[in-house]
Amino acid sequence: MKIIVCIKQVPAKDAPLSIAGNWIRESDIGFEMNEPDSYALEEALRLKEKHGGEVIALSMGPERVKQTIKEALAKGADRGIHIADDNFAQLDPLGSAKSLAAAMAKENSDLVLTGLQSDDHGFGQTGVLLAGVLDRPHATIIMAIEVQDGKLRLKRELEAGWFQHLECPLPAVLTIQSGINKVRYATLKGIMAAKKKEIATISRESLGVAVQPTQRVEKIYVPTKTKKTEFLTGTPKEAAAKLVEKLKFEARVI
Amino acid sequence: MKILVITEQRQGKWNNTSFETLAAAQQIAQETSSSVIALVIGKGVEGLANEVAAKSVAEVLLVEHDLLEAYTPDGYCVALSQVINSAKPDLVLLPHTYQVRDFAPKLAALLGKGMIGDCIGYRHEGGKLVFVRQMFQGKTAADVTFQGAAPWFASFQAGAFRADLVKAHPSGKAPVNRVTVELKPEQIRTKPLELFREAKSAVDLTQAPLIVAIGRGIKVPENIPQAEALAKALGAEIAASRPICDEGWLPMERQIGSSGQTVAPKLYLALGISGAIQHVVGMKGARTIVAINKDQNAPIFEIADYGVVGDIFEIMPALTEALQKTK
Repeated sequence: MKIIVCIKQVPAKDAPLSIAGNWIRESDIGFEMNEPDSYALEEALRLKEKHGGEVIALSMGPERVKQTIKEALAKGADRGIHIADDNFAQLDPLGSAKSLAAAMAKENSDLVLTGLQSDDHGFGQTGVLLAGVLDRPHATIIMAIEVQDGKLRLKRELEAGWFQHLECPLPAVLTIQSGINKVRYATLKGIMAAKKKEIATISRESLGVAVQPTQRVEKIYVPTKTKKTEFLTGTPKEAAAKLVEKLKFEARVI
Repeated sequence: MKILVITEQRQGKWNNTSFETLAAAQQIAQETSSSVIALVIGKGVEGLANEVAAKSVAEVLLVEHDLLEAYTPDGYCVALSQVINSAKPDLVLLPHTYQVRDFAPKLAALLGKGMIGDCIGYRHEGGKLVFVRQMFQGKTAADVTFQGAAPWFASFQAGAFRADLVKAHPSGKAPVNRVTVELKPEQIRTKPLELFREAKSAVDLTQAPLIVAIGRGIKVPENIPQAEALAKALGAEIAASRPICDEGWLPMERQIGSSGQTVAPKLYLALGISGAIQHVVGMKGARTIVAINKDQNAPIFEIADYGVVGDIFEIMPALTEALQKTK
């Protein structure tokens, strides 16, 4: 089975964000693999281990995203594709999906996996749109994948503790829910092996994708508070005593 | 402007966020002198169409087909693209449910359009609609506008608008108009099977009056007993955000958020929880919210009544001790 995993590199979880217009100042912070995508990668590696085939890590963005592709290779992906674009943060979800689809056109994959959403933009649309652009069936928020007679049997998560089983033919696109598996760490051997693996770089312009944005993020900002928070200060002991006081006599909840 | 609200039902039961989105649509319509059309899709859902016709809408579109009895993204995309092509709405609004996330972006793309998803509000400024959504896990808000020609698609997050503010029809009932759609079995590529719940959970957090919830800030499972001691001193149930349950540190049945349980206790004490959207939708209805977090910019503080900025590992034992003293 040939599996392509779309992986986004996003600002590190604890990175202090400094806002610049409709994006953030990138120079000040570290980046990491989008967590939901790390589950998609793990799932791809497990499917390959079970059914054979190849795992390709595909990522779009500036030079820095190569580091994330290398991490995927160190964990066991066979090769990487880097769509180089310094301005990819300005793409709308449809523009991203069209670019990713164009970059994987020659690959004839059986399965494309993505995380269910990114921790930065959080559009949560790329996988579904990719299926639309590739004209493939899809399923989202997947919690289990089984391959049976050339078809997929899936467990999809619904809200409030409900699930649904479904069948999906191949080739397909799936978005993976966090927690579907336990993500592996790269081993030293994996890191060494990754050095010999190929990363093909293509510029986004060379894909010839006409991008007509359907939406535009005008600006981002620190949200205005809807509730007035009373901050309790002092030593931990003082803050704790104040909090108990408030909960008992002001909020009257204990 | 013509606003179309695509409502959601499963097995003949409403997803109530449909009415929140209808409330949003009515509000936008009032500010922009627009009309609201509600759409009900499925099979055997005429009763639901009549129900929504009693709300303040110009018309209800009823889209029924044997192949729409169970939801599939292909079935919904094929059927709804036909309805949108004939009804020609300017704005299509949907509740931001898991089902909507599954098909709506594809539906918009089929029509060459885009969707602004998971909005928490909107503004009508200078004749233009600006949609507000969250980015960076709720650490920032973003103003987003549509580019290009209508129809535009947007979905609203659960809880962003109040379903109880939906206005009733001023004179009884709006017309319910059936729309015929062409749909063939071979157009539906996925096959939906049974709906199910995992083993019944032993704890029903929705009934707990007091909840102590832990997030990533707890760092390692060895620290959980500290939070449990605090929960015990408070007489509260222990709960967690998704990453903690993903790691297997607490069972899935203790997860609060969009994929877990939605709770509205008297007191919700959030320890080391940053307040990502997916968690907040499951607990923002709590009467009193206390947040303890080392990051003073954590989004959880936006909804907290009381906040302590500090190290949870110092505050948890102090709080446990203070609570024991009051007994």
